[in-house]
Amino acid sequence: MTFLKINNLSVDYQMRKETVYAAKNVNIEVNKGEILGLVGESGSGKSTVGNAIINLIDEPGKVSSGSVILGDLNIHENSESIVKYRGNKIGLIFQDPQTSLNPILTVGEQLIETIQTHLKLSKEEAKNKSINLLKEVGIKDAEVRFDNYPHQFSGGMRQRVVISLALCCEPELLIADEPTTALDVSIQSQILDLIKKLTKERNLAVILITHDMGVIAETADRVAVMKSGNLVEIGETKIILTKPQENYTKSLVSSVPPTNKKISRFVIVEKENSDKKENNIKILNRWTKKGIIDQDLVQIKDLSKSFDDNFFTESSKNSVMAVDNVSFDIKEGESFGLVGESGSGKSTIAKMIVNLFKPTSGDIFFDNVCITKIKQKSELMKFRKQIQMIFQDPYSSLNGRLKVKDIIAEPITLHNPSISTLDLNNYIYDLLESVELTQKSAERYPHEFSGGQRQRISIARALATQPRLLVCDEPTSALDVSIQAQILNLLKDLQEQLNLTILFISHDLPVVRQMCDRIGVLKDGKLCEVSNTEDLFLKPDHEYTKELLHLMPKIESIYN
Amino acid sequence: MLVVAFVSFSLFNFVGDPINNMVGEETSDEERAELRETLGLMDPIHVQFSRFIVNASKGEFGISYQLRRPVSELIVERLPATIELVVISALIALITGTLLGVYTGINRKGFLSDFILAVSLLGVSLPTFVIGILFIYLFAVILGILPSFGRGEVVDLGFWTTGFLTVSGLKAIILPSVTLSLFQMTYIIRLVRAEMMEILQTDYIKFARARGISENSIKYKHALKNGLIPVITIAGINIGTLIAFSIITETVFQWPGMGFLFIQAVQFVDIPIMSAYLVFIAFVFVMINFIVDILYYFIDPRIRVKGDTASG
Repeated sequence: MTFLKINNLSVDYQMRKETVYAAKNVNIEVNKGEILGLVGESGSGKSTVGNAIINLIDEPGKVSSGSVILGDLNIHENSESIVKYRGNKIGLIFQDPQTSLNPILTVGEQLIETIQTHLKLSKEEAKNKSINLLKEVGIKDAEVRFDNYPHQFSGGMRQRVVISLALCCEPELLIADEPTTALDVSIQSQILDLIKKLTKERNLAVILITHDMGVIAETADRVAVMKSGNLVEIGETKIILTKPQENYTKSLVSSVPPTNKKISRFVIVEKENSDKKENNIKILNRWTKKGIIDQDLVQIKDLSKSFDDNFFTESSKNSVMAVDNVSFDIKEGESFGLVGESGSGKSTIAKMIVNLFKPTSGDIFFDNVCITKIKQKSELMKFRKQIQMIFQDPYSSLNGRLKVKDIIAEPITLHNPSISTLDLNNYIYDLLESVELTQKSAERYPHEFSGGQRQRISIARALATQPRLLVCDEPTSALDVSIQAQILNLLKDLQEQLNLTILFISHDLPVVRQMCDRIGVLKDGKLCEVSNTEDLFLKPDHEYTKELLHLMPKIESIYN
Repeated sequence: MLVVAFVSFSLFNFVGDPINNMVGEETSDEERAELRETLGLMDPIHVQFSRFIVNASKGEFGISYQLRRPVSELIVERLPATIELVVISALIALITGTLLGVYTGINRKGFLSDFILAVSLLGVSLPTFVIGILFIYLFAVILGILPSFGRGEVVDLGFWTTGFLTVSGLKAIILPSVTLSLFQMTYIIRLVRAEMMEILQTDYIKFARARGISENSIKYKHALKNGLIPVITIAGINIGTLIAFSIITETVFQWPGMGFLFIQAVQFVDIPIMSAYLVFIAFVFVMINFIVDILYYFIDPRIRVKGDTASG
């Protein structure tokens, strides 16, 4: 039976010149005991719909038309009436558990306040209820934890607290807005299991907003696909993911890296790149590279890095071993993947290779020279030129005050001060072309580009010094899947054409499987195993690798 | 502290010959040398400095050249007036500043908010002495309801003289304290306003709304508590500044406090008073920062736990 009914819901933002629709005529129905997945890329309006249900749209946006019927109540009768249903009938979970709890109130205070707002309970009863709730969402020692502050919980625990807060007044509808995006896979699967369990036990209607098709495949009963404010398709999860009707859904599904096999390229249904196959990369002519020799380009021996808690005492007691005795080699011309959850030390290793951190002990050899022991700055520059890095966040890794031209020119002129202006400009154009950007982009500023385009600029900048090793630290985790597919295709092409060696760091196992020849698995700073990609996925040796593979949300699970 | 002590100590030594200030024109050279010897002025610098530190820690700063009385005695005599003035104006600044800041932070577009902000701009840009003189002109000269100078009648409690117990004393403190507080108040208004506006945009406020928590609780319990944390830092530093600013206010209102004493001392090159005042102000600054750090510990749970994990 239909419990929540959204009729023709539109949300618009009144701008000075025009009206922007964040959602337009959306019709969605959700039943009790059912999880409806709401997917779409960033800007598709999926969060807007979630917030619009409880009329929590930030100014200057507003719900301009449509109705929301919950059971037999029209909760959008007027803008005031919704307030009394918030928390009471409808619970909401936000993406980032780090920021969704008030840092200076204890968890208990926040629970009691919420309960007492809606239910007529004494403080003592409210406390008992909240402790039971905390137990229900899987928090151990709930009596003690009740008096803790949010920062004393880990990310996953905090999200459990958030869930308990959303559920504390027994709502019948739960809206979860990217509830696991900020969490590691192992925590993610726990939280998703918890949501599934609560949905059954409490007979909730759940709207799960996410961009992750794997999560949808494993949890949602039905799925609604959104694109630029419009509902594209809605139906049974299995049908939508296996036999999508709309072109957009097809491209979305095909952009998702499969977990069960390795494909050579991502199929991109929409967008240009049909005729780009014969992209004669001019940059090749400039590339003064040697052919691949069958040797190790990078050798890492017993590398350790500890971060000291206390600057003055340097007591070993408080120091954190971020990287603990790690050794591996990267062959020239291969893609080496480093995977692990947050805090496993993968980024720390990357930063030590590009010489942003000094290792506490151990050596890094590049081309058979130990780069950790180089003292002279001029010597170091030679290696800096050969090792370049691409960072995760394309928004903060480009200087917003420089034109794209200047951003790319900087490393060139640094390593080759005598280059003529004409030559420099031509070089920049060639680089832009190689990352599939137009010459015109050189005169623009980073903020005029989308996330994917910015990441292309980052790649062009990294290529400017003609490096042999490219260190990519989560290069696509800030991007939508369709953009991710494009960027990964680009990296693959470049590697092939320029014989690059790539160190690819990611928490996303399917992506790593598509990109890498060999993979190292990190846990708590220790290297668990290194093996060929296909071996790792088909017959993992280490317990932790098995666990990771088991927990990773699989879009293919829908076929079973 | 040591640095300030050294600066004020050097005042003694390098700003003219202290002996010249102390004795008359017709003192003979032998007498001067003898006096130098007895005062220990012939000792090497570091000996003199350590003696200065030891004496200062005992509260002895020598004898005022001008008034011929021990400086410590003068300071103790003037201290209550300054403290009362500063405490009252700090309270005014904090309370009204926070209230107005919260109001303007929540009602961002109202006419009253714009008005408060416009007036507060005046408070920042007009110098204290101009405001003081304007106040005197308005309330003392034209309206004649408040006294224009002095502390009024004071009651001597033995260790402390207070103006709080008499009507004229209370009346007398209104103008100077309001004048003194204006600058800090505008500061706090703007700070609280910015904090409130920022915090009302955060996720946890949105989440609180989504849970149906009442608007009043969101604003005053959730948002304000978080917003006050930086205010405490600024306010702490500013109380020190208040004491410094009180020099001007005390002069304008002829308030018999330490700032006034200092100005008089400057006029007569009365170095012991000046150096004692410097050391005292530095001491107050350090103490206030210390107290603020401790307050932080109680207000912000995040700091509390950092301490816990570091120790264990």
